[in-house]
Parts: sequence; structure tokens; C-alpha cells
Amino acid sequence: MLKVENINVYYGQIHAIKDVSFEVKPGEIVSLIGANGAGKSTILKTISGLLRSKTGHITFKGEDISKTEAYKLVPKGLAHVPEGRRIFLQMTVKENLEMGAYTKGENMEADIESVYSHFPRLKERQNQIAGTLSGGEQQMLAMGRAMMSHPDLLILDEPSMGLAPILVQGIFDIIKEFHKMGTTILLVEQNAEMALSIADRAYVLESGRIVLTGTGAQLKASDAIKKAYLGGA
Amino acid sequence: MKKTKLRKSTVNNLITYAIVALFYIVVTVMIQTGNASRHMQSLLVPICVNVVLAVSLNLVIGFLGELSLGHAAFMSVGAYTGGLLSIYLKNAFPQIPVAVRFPISILAGGILAAIFGALVCVVVLRLKGDYLAIVTLAFGEILRSIVINLEFTGGASGLKGVPQNASFTYGIILVFITLFVIQNLAKSKHGRAIQALRDNTIAATSVGVNATRYKLLVFTIAAFFAGMAGVLYSHNYSILTAGTFDYNYSIEILVMVVLGGIGSVRGSVIAGALIAILPEMLRSLQDYRMLIYAIVLIVMMLFTSNEQLKLMVAKYSPVAAVKKAFAAKKVRKEEN
Repeated sequence: MLKVENINVYYGQIHAIKDVSFEVKPGEIVSLIGANGAGKSTILKTISGLLRSKTGHITFKGEDISKTEAYKLVPKGLAHVPEGRRIFLQMTVKENLEMGAYTKGENMEADIESVYSHFPRLKERQNQIAGTLSGGEQQMLAMGRAMMSHPDLLILDEPSMGLAPILVQGIFDIIKEFHKMGTTILLVEQNAEMALSIADRAYVLESGRIVLTGTGAQLKASDAIKKAYLGGA
Repeated sequence: MKKTKLRKSTVNNLITYAIVALFYIVVTVMIQTGNASRHMQSLLVPICVNVVLAVSLNLVIGFLGELSLGHAAFMSVGAYTGGLLSIYLKNAFPQIPVAVRFPISILAGGILAAIFGALVCVVVLRLKGDYLAIVTLAFGEILRSIVINLEFTGGASGLKGVPQNASFTYGIILVFITLFVIQNLAKSKHGRAIQALRDNTIAATSVGVNATRYKLLVFTIAAFFAGMAGVLYSHNYSILTAGTFDYNYSIEILVMVVLGGIGSVRGSVIAGALIAILPEMLRSLQDYRMLIYAIVLIVMMLFTSNEQLKLMVAKYSPVAAVKKAFAAKKVRKEEN
């Protein structure tokens, strides 16, 4: 579904992403894990068109999107939940969800109901201003908003960031639900344990390079990963 | 759910139209019955000019969330374009009636200002916040210097002989058109997208909003109306000087927007009218006008950002008391 081939991204002189290639097949959950500064967010920004790669290609459903502008990706079926819960703070919860269907604009009510069925909390607060939601609720809203466009591929950038462990579990349960509904998922996470436990396949990123790849279970069992991310062997 | 919300915003817009219509009727009756002083009548067109300026700047500041300090410059583009065109048409085609010539000038002024608005927007496309504000401020000052040094604009001594076609009726029509376009834009899907950009550009892009397109749209529309307000302004006085449209004027428009409430169209209408009337009423304090504006801005900011002050105001404000009584009544009704 999504194919990234040999991309090299620079911030001025700094070579941030070095020859990275990976693939997300239809129906998979793929995780991209790595420590701070490994280049996870840079890769996502490159996919969504905010940064440009000097080499290589990014193809989505067979179409080259290396030079496509970010806002044109949503109608193609690629939704991105940006890092840090970027919601529309001054709008109500419901208006936020309506914005998610901005490029579609039809059957909105049914879609909103479907989002509410995953996140009953949002329904309770539908007329509340989004800025007054808690961190976990804002993350739910950002994810619900992305689902409003019925994406084929949902990219999640650190959905667990800054959330209490119990909420993280809830967020990952929802990711699994979305996956069951047929959405392909690319998950970028620092929380390696959680990310690996739900991933079909995963890539480990270190200083802008992919250093390890395998199924979620394989990587979770690997000694290198245990040492680097999961604490202790 | 959706229907009641839509109705609420429609009612809100209708109230704004009603205020303007009522104002027009009352003033017209006063003029007809000879109750309006000449002095008061001289303020009517400036009131309309201010309202159009404030409402259009509010689109940039309140809805797009960008601070533009060059609104007076767009106004001057309109003022000079409309003024020069009227002079030319009056001399070259004296058979054209004023009722045709003046609207043509207004439209031409608006269109040229809109082109300038789009050009400035292209320059500031990648800028935000303070940087954007500084560029728009610089644009205004550059334009003013250019106008002073050009021959055909009358240079420093000003443009003379612009026909005094502006009237209260033209002004009110322009106010209505401005309100109609901007209130409907704000309410539409596009308005929502513009507000999404204000709240969070990255999130807006991630749901598919084309940031460039909307930024251009807002700047162009705001400049268009500022330009038309400028034409009205230039046809109200017999002489047009570039010095009028300096940054102080842009700040004055900003004061109207802040005073009326950022993002509130009706507030801009009221504040725009107030700022037109106040200097005349406070003629004895003329030297302190800018000082008073500054104090008003600071007080407004304190009142809108300080929770304690807001609570205090809410406690003692009669509007809040009435609202509270209604809410209590509603609750009682629901309980029954």
C-alpha cells in the first residue's frame, strides 16, 4: 500500500534520514520504533509532504506521492494523526470531527456516530470546546477526526505520547479496532513494547537508519531490542 | 442538533443586519425631520467607512488569526484608484450619471486593492505572527512613500478634485454587502476551514485544507473591502492625502477590531461606528486620542484574558444577569 524507497532527508547540512526503505502492505499494522532523534517524525513529515527527500520515491497505492502536497493526500485515502494531539482548540468536539470529513462532506452524521461508538467519551462532550478536553480525550478526538475521512492508510505519530499507562492501553485497543475495520496502520512510537505487541511487522530506526526489521513478536524477543528499549535482557 | 446550531448563527447574523438597518432608518428619519445636525451628518460616511474596514480586517485577524498591520494601505489603493477613475470619467464622459460612475469607481478600487492584497499575501505566505505583521506594516509605509512621490496621485500636496459622491445610502449599501459576504463566508465550509487554519495549521493540512488557497482568499477579500471603503472615503472629502493612510490609521482599524472583540462581526460593526464618533465627541481631548486608544487596548486585553476580572464583570453585568434569569427559567421549565 505504502512503499518508501531509498529516501535521504536533510535539515540543512544535517543528514537526518539515510537511505531508508520500508513497506506497508494492505491490511497490516506496521510499527516504526526508535529513540528520540532517530528520525521517526522526519520520515512521517516526508511521507506527508512537509519535507522533501533528495533521492528515492514514496508510492502510495501505486502512485508516486514524493512531490504531492500534504493537503492532497487525504482525498487519496491517507490520513495522518500528527504528533502532539493537534486538534482545533477553539472548535467544539463535533466541529472537529466535521473538519475531519472536510474533503468528503457527505454522510457526515453516520460517520460521526460511528466515531462516537468507538469513543463514547467524545459523544458526552460533543458540544464542549476541544481545548478544554484532557490529553487522552484530545488524542481520541485527533484519531476520531482522522477516521472521518475513511482512510485506507492511517498514520499515527506517537499516539501514546504524554498519556497515562491506562489511557495508552485504551488508545492501542482502538488502534486494533480500526485495524479490524480494514484500515491499514503505520504506527510510529517510542513506546516500543506496546508498538511491537500489536504490530504485524516492525522496523527499528537508529540515527536515521533502519537497523532491524522483523515481525512484532520476533523483535520483541530479540536481545538487542530488549537491551535498547525494553529495559534489561 | 445541527439545525438548532445553524439557526443560532443565522439569528446572530440577522441581528447584525437589523442593527445596521435600524441605524439607517433612525438616521434617515432624523435627517428628514430636520433633527440631525450638519455636524452629525458629516460623520455618517466615516462611520460606514470604519465599519467596512473593521469587519474586513476582522476576517484576517479574527478568522484567519493573522495580524495584518497594513489595512490602511489597501484602503489607500482603493481611495486613489477610485478617486482617479472618477475624475477621469467625470471629465472624459460627463454624460455618465453619478449612480453609474460611482459604483464603477468603488468596484475598480476594490479590485485593484484585492490585487495588492493577493500580491502581499504571496510575499507573506510562509510567514506567521510577528513576521507577517511586520511585513504588512512595511508594505503600508512603502506604499505611502511611493504615493507621495508619484506625479499622478498629486504627490505630497494630495489629490484634488475627487467628486464628492459619497452619501450615507451608498455607505450603508456597502456595509450590507460587506456583512453579507463576510458573515456568509464565516458560516460556510470555507469559513470553517479558515478557522481550522487559525487553530492549528498542521492539523488543518492533515485533514486536507489547502492553507495557501485560503490564506490568499482571506487576504484578497479583506483587501477588496478595504479598497471599497477607501473609495467611499475619498469621495467624501475633496482632497486626498497619502499621509492619512499611515500606520496610525492601520492601528486605529486594529483598535476597532480588538475593541469589538476579535472574531465578532457585530462587535466590529459597533466598535467601528464608535471609533468614528468618539474623536468628534472628545474633541477637547484630541491630543490624547492615541493615548486613549492604547489604554483602551490594554484594558480590553486585561478584561478578556484575566479570569478573575471576567468573573467579576459577569457577576455585575446586567446582560449576564438577564441571561442567567433566562437559563434558570429554562431549567425550571425542563424540571416541570
